[in-house]
Amino acid sequence: MELVARGDQDAFAALYDVIAGPVHGIVVKVLRDRAQSEEVAQEVLIEVWRQAPRYRPDKGGVMTWVLTIAHRRAVDRVRSAQAATAREQDTASREHARPYDEVSEQVEIRLESEQVRRCVRGLTDLQRQAVNLAYYGGLTYREVAETLNTPLPTVKTRLRDGLIRLRDCMGVTA
Amino acid sequence: MSRTGTDSQQLHALSGAYALNALDPGERDAFERHLERCALCTQDVREFSATAARLGSAVALPAPPGMRRTVLARIDGVRQQPPARRSIVALRRRALPLALAACLAGALALGGAALREHEQAQRTAIALQDLTAVLSAPDARTVTTRPGSGMTGKVVVSASRDRAAFVSSGLPAAPAGRTYQLWFADGSVMRQAGLVRADGATVLTGPVGRATAVGLTLEPSGGSEQPTSPPLMLLALGL
Repeated sequence: MELVARGDQDAFAALYDVIAGPVHGIVVKVLRDRAQSEEVAQEVLIEVWRQAPRYRPDKGGVMTWVLTIAHRRAVDRVRSAQAATAREQDTASREHARPYDEVSEQVEIRLESEQVRRCVRGLTDLQRQAVNLAYYGGLTYREVAETLNTPLPTVKTRLRDGLIRLRDCMGVTA
Repeated sequence: MSRTGTDSQQLHALSGAYALNALDPGERDAFERHLERCALCTQDVREFSATAARLGSAVALPAPPGMRRTVLARIDGVRQQPPARRSIVALRRRALPLALAACLAGALALGGAALREHEQAQRTAIALQDLTAVLSAPDARTVTTRPGSGMTGKVVVSASRDRAAFVSSGLPAAPAGRTYQLWFADGSVMRQAGLVRADGATVLTGPVGRATAVGLTLEPSGGSEQPTSPPLMLLALGL
């Protein structure tokens, strides 16, 4: 990563081989539009290159850093598209741009990692739905609350509880 | 409870939503300001972000063909940001291992091309974990050799983890029917330490133990019980 941070393009090529799949996967998951996903994935990878000198190892691993950038960028794209749609349609259903069934169908996903699958199964229904909608669906916790017809504070704590349970189940020590 | 206390508690409860990018921009800013003063939240966010990243890795897809070339061509014209000032020391201290981690993962990704994708991803993840463990060890040391011919070999060894990693640069592809194999030298006895599947980084199989050196030989495919050729390189660990 230091080589990448110093502008070493060969080092970035090696990094690319590790991060491109996960970056592409999460962007597709959140955006659900292949053509747009490739464009956003490319932007993310270029952003990784651009920000590499700012990567702080003391704040977490490289993959976490990269996927945080990827997820945020994908979510921003979804939300700006939603906002644009809402402006065009001038509807009041802005927070409901995507109905729950559509999102939930998309986020009942085939997880490639057995451990992650097992850990996600270990969540309560509400925790799992909330985490899925927020992370894979790219919804804000307000949207999650509306989608699940659940009070805001409950969603807030379920997201946190769910992450704590996942963290402990996956043995994450960051 | 004071108003500040309540606000702070409420903000703290947002750490989960924050790590999932599920806050509105206004709340995100408020939470980030809170984060600067809250060590506990910082720890939460760090762990939750790592947890979220695992959720992200679990949905990895093969990158579109052609994207690699496009991205590598595009970065050529993209200027990097200057480092944030206070991070320089931390970066320098940890940077070599991280660069090596990138190398390893690259090598694994290439070497595993024939494996089914998720198997490959899992292997990569496990090997990357092993490698990160070696490279991030506080006592990780690097031994380098330059045997000429444009090829460089390094061994990173951590006594506390009792593991070592081999990193090559410019290692030519092994001839057909042959493979590179690593060895720990316990004095004059050579102990198998795994195969090198591609140029890049590889975690040596087995503990370092009392090994005094790490060697690399060219062996028949599948590797040998004992080296059948003189070492291409031998790196004294100098323990």
